[in-house]
Amino acid sequence: MIAALGLPVRRRPMLAIGSALLLAFLLAALLAPWIAPFDPIAQDGSIRLHPPSLAHPFGTDNFGRDVLSRVIWGARIDLQIAVLGVLFPFLIGTAVGTLAGFFGGWIDALFMRLIDVILAFPFLVLMLSIIAILGPGLTSFYIAMALVGWVSYARLIRAQILVLKTQDFAVAAQSLGFSRTRIMFRHLLPNALAGSLVFVMSDAVLVLLNGAAISYLGLGVQPPLAEWGVMVAEGQAFITTAWWITLFPGLAIVTLAFGFSLLGDALGDLLGVKE
Amino acid sequence: MHRYRFVLFRPLQFLPVLFGISVITFVLVRLIPGDPARILLGTRATPTALARIRAQYGLDEPMWAQYLYFLKNLASGEMGRSTLYKIDVLPLIATRIEPTLALVTMGVLLSLAIAVPFAAISARRQGRAADQAVRVVSTLGIGFPPFWLGLVLILLFSVTLGWLPVSGYGETLGEKISHLILPGLTVALSLSAVLTRSLRAGMIAGIHSDVATAARARGLSENAVFWRHVVPNALVPTVNLLAVNIGWLIGGTVGVESVFALPGMGQLLVRGIFSRDYMVVQGVAMTFAVATVLVNFLADIVTVALDPRVKL
Amino acid sequence: MSGAAPLSGAASAPDADALPALTVEGLEVSVRTEAGLRPLVSGLSFTLARGETLAIAGESGSGKSITSLAIMGLLPPPAVRITGGRIKLGRTELTDLPEGRMRAIRGDRVAMIFQEPMTSLNPVLTIGTQLAEAIRAHETVSKAEARARALEALRSVRLSQPERRLDQYPHELSGGMRQRVMIAMALALRPEVLIADEPTTALDVTVQREVLDLLRDLQRELGTAIILITHDMGVVAEMADRVIVMRDGRMVEEGRATQIFTEPRADYTRALLAAVPRMGAGRGRPPVEAEPIARLSDLQVRFDLKGGLLGRTQARVHAVEHVSFDIRRGETFALVGESGCGKSTIAKAMVGLVPHEGRIEIGGQTLGTLDAAGRKALRRRVQIVFQDPMAALDPRMRIGDLIAEPLVIHGIGTPEERRARVGDLLTRVGLSPAQMERYPHEFSGGQRQRICIARALALRPELIIADESVSALDVSVQARVLDLLAALKREFGIALLFISHDMAVVENVSDRVAVMYLGQIVEMGTRDQVFGNPQHPYTRRLIEAVPVPDPLHQRPPAPRLAGEIPSPVHPVGAGPERVRLADVGAGHLVAG
Repeated sequence: MIAALGLPVRRRPMLAIGSALLLAFLLAALLAPWIAPFDPIAQDGSIRLHPPSLAHPFGTDNFGRDVLSRVIWGARIDLQIAVLGVLFPFLIGTAVGTLAGFFGGWIDALFMRLIDVILAFPFLVLMLSIIAILGPGLTSFYIAMALVGWVSYARLIRAQILVLKTQDFAVAAQSLGFSRTRIMFRHLLPNALAGSLVFVMSDAVLVLLNGAAISYLGLGVQPPLAEWGVMVAEGQAFITTAWWITLFPGLAIVTLAFGFSLLGDALGDLLGVKE
Repeated sequence: MHRYRFVLFRPLQFLPVLFGISVITFVLVRLIPGDPARILLGTRATPTALARIRAQYGLDEPMWAQYLYFLKNLASGEMGRSTLYKIDVLPLIATRIEPTLALVTMGVLLSLAIAVPFAAISARRQGRAADQAVRVVSTLGIGFPPFWLGLVLILLFSVTLGWLPVSGYGETLGEKISHLILPGLTVALSLSAVLTRSLRAGMIAGIHSDVATAARARGLSENAVFWRHVVPNALVPTVNLLAVNIGWLIGGTVGVESVFALPGMGQLLVRGIFSRDYMVVQGVAMTFAVATVLVNFLADIVTVALDPRVKL
Repeated sequence: MSGAAPLSGAASAPDADALPALTVEGLEVSVRTEAGLRPLVSGLSFTLARGETLAIAGESGSGKSITSLAIMGLLPPPAVRITGGRIKLGRTELTDLPEGRMRAIRGDRVAMIFQEPMTSLNPVLTIGTQLAEAIRAHETVSKAEARARALEALRSVRLSQPERRLDQYPHELSGGMRQRVMIAMALALRPEVLIADEPTTALDVTVQREVLDLLRDLQRELGTAIILITHDMGVVAEMADRVIVMRDGRMVEEGRATQIFTEPRADYTRALLAAVPRMGAGRGRPPVEAEPIARLSDLQVRFDLKGGLLGRTQARVHAVEHVSFDIRRGETFALVGESGCGKSTIAKAMVGLVPHEGRIEIGGQTLGTLDAAGRKALRRRVQIVFQDPMAALDPRMRIGDLIAEPLVIHGIGTPEERRARVGDLLTRVGLSPAQMERYPHEFSGGQRQRICIARALALRPELIIADESVSALDVSVQARVLDLLAALKREFGIALLFISHDMAVVENVSDRVAVMYLGQIVEMGTRDQVFGNPQHPYTRRLIEAVPVPDPLHQRPPAPRLAGEIPSPVHPVGAGPERVRLADVGAGHLVAG
């Protein structure tokens, strides 16, 4: 199965398209200063609310800023949101899930009750409440993500480990006299991680949407920074006259999310993981 | 009917979760740096008001005592007073429940109405063009930000076609429904993408299952096999998926309510955060949490009704 | 449906006796792969006379199940389809029949029962609903009448309390009862042809006996022609009038059952029959006299069933009750019994995987009194080989690493020495050292089981527990793995605890045998004592239930049983009645 990862992407269109999309956004983010045709923040009163044209393929906004350039610069922030917003919960959740599945008993019971309580709150509501305390901003968003997002990973890893634990190969390892730690980290965790690796991709989509939603509500990234959710919010007032301000950043979110989803599906197929 | 006995004792198992919810909401507000009395009442509070709230919530006493005060107030339906709206939080929330509840209900029903037929078409034509289309669209659909989708729908149906109102809620039932169609559709489209994928996977597994083969061997038509033997079995995991995602769904309504200026709980929460109206934030968070617990309970009942093997 | 063909087997057209119920001519079924069409079945021709039982026998991959699906028109579309030949049901040509007319025939004129009665019934509909649905799919009758017919069908398969069963769900019935329901459903409309695809493979041997008896009785009453698909030559010998032996999608041999078993013409048939374990073949070997390597005394394993509001223990599963026996060095001790009798739980207890009460001694050391180092040392002496070799091998590790891992853990040898040892072990179990770099999924089932055995051998154990280790394998593969185990046992002087439900295999490999029923041993002794002179009624029932691979074998008339094994679950404080074993001579212990 691991060997399958090395296969060329030929005849795996999902893998090919997904990786190509992510690569394109990564390049846009890295090379933004060189490929963006205009300064994303500089205002120009003479070209306010221009519709898409050759000079400004995505049009300009109410401050005369080039929407295309802002979408390209936005890739920097939104990719960062998706990556960091997944990374911390993934690390914390994997650690907690492994511990809970490994030790069982009261440690497991304690974590599970905590997870029940956290899950009782609608995800976004709890995040908003935490951001309300910490104050708006991207740092607050990451902290809130880390505090709330780990529960899915913890549940997933724990459930996988509990299932794997009862499978014959784990029982066989036990009967061969392998230590519990070895069984855990060498046999159970690698198998459990395959499932959460696929989940990482679909979670990246949710985190991206959440980050953009929070910025849209004015509680995340603050203007004038170019972030896609912020741009949608800024365009909302002009939806009847200048639809392009709203449309293009939204399409950017959809496309990036599509890339993550495709890659997740392709990984699921490769690793033989079912959702 | 003993399978439904859990309906009686399951609520008792909610007690630890409800306890946890109260602790978290309590801790959330206490974590804010500064004088809690001022935080709760806002910066322009009078000294008498400050003194009264310190007494009511025991703010000069140790943390655990404050928590007991908090519980006592909660038990008597006292959730504090909104600094922004100048009324008690409980009646304020009560007026905001209806639009949110209507939006969620509409979203769930519409999403099922979209997801079931599309998943069915896709699963029954696995690998063909229709299936490919449904798969691409549902994979794309998962990545649609609800707030943006709402704006696109407004642009399409309100601005360009002029069929439906742009935003607001309205007074009469007819007005309310017409104001809810677009927000409901926004929620439904996002949700149906997730549901379609889950249902499709379940249906495909069902079509190839022994149950279906055995039913075909008895001479049942492909329609009967599908709707009687495949769909009911595929619905069980989907109901669970809905329940697990209900928190995500309710959260999603926050953005949608903002787009459509629906006077629901989500909008109340966002306004509360901006105006540092912490009593409102605390009250809304708690209400949302209790609602999530109730929805999960409802999903348990539906699961038991759908699958005779399940015992709770 | 053609006008001349009868609607049910009961009324026949004048020339019906001459006309075969089913004719298959030059059938070819292919699967579409990336490399083009690959045949799964080719050049298959046979006829099925009315009222006849035709067995299609073969090992996995022989194409026997594909053939049955092809007749039913149920090949999985679009990849698998009929690419040549004709199938005729009576006068009706099935191969080019439109789906609508094929559907009218399915279940009405040709019906099918499947291997897994647990997964073939819809879990969310009641038995009655599913039966009535099958009837109403073909006949326009009222719901009340369909229900009455359903009840009648359940009665005809001799299901106890048929009225109650109508309103029950599949999960509330035992495996044997579910298979009876499947048969009732298949025969409710009196089909001309019944296809039974491995109908008893998932069932315990005594339940298999009941289902086979039932099928034979019903065939006699209804005159249905039966195609019996099976891998079990014993079942073939008992049921079939004629036999087709298949291999790799082709017919190897066809003939009357008596001819196939007494004078098989094809080499493959001869090899297949030689590999079938036969009762009575292993008698006469003297028992091994040696010191015990393992000694179990008064072993008990119970699992608590928790439930209710506070998670209190509401009942207990009495999985193993007061079990005592010794395993001598170098002998094969067999534990035999039906599913749920506790035999596998004993294996788990012996390697410390489930907590137990009572005493387990391995090589003089008592399990449970040891510290961690002692337990680890003990683990080297006892190894276990499981039923499903795929599940027992970590899918993400190369087999070289899998076999070497126990050596690494117990700190044996340098990396080079370990590699050499792994190479030796692979050679010893009949694989090549060059295969060390491969992953488990690249091997066949028999090869995987060899890998598991190699891994178990790595630590040079004194006792190997084989828990249903050959049950999932094809009979020819099974014979080779059994030979390998026997050779290894001789070569290294290893004792074997052989756990199995298969009486014939047990009789062939064991030195001493213990028969388990509901967690307790009901009979124990040497192989000759237990199989040559069975004393306990349950032992006799088990032995008599085994299908004999000899069509001339006359089964003594026995009452038709439809019993269910009672549950090992008891309320807290209660328990099963303890059986006392009495010596009936020369160490032959029998429950009184």
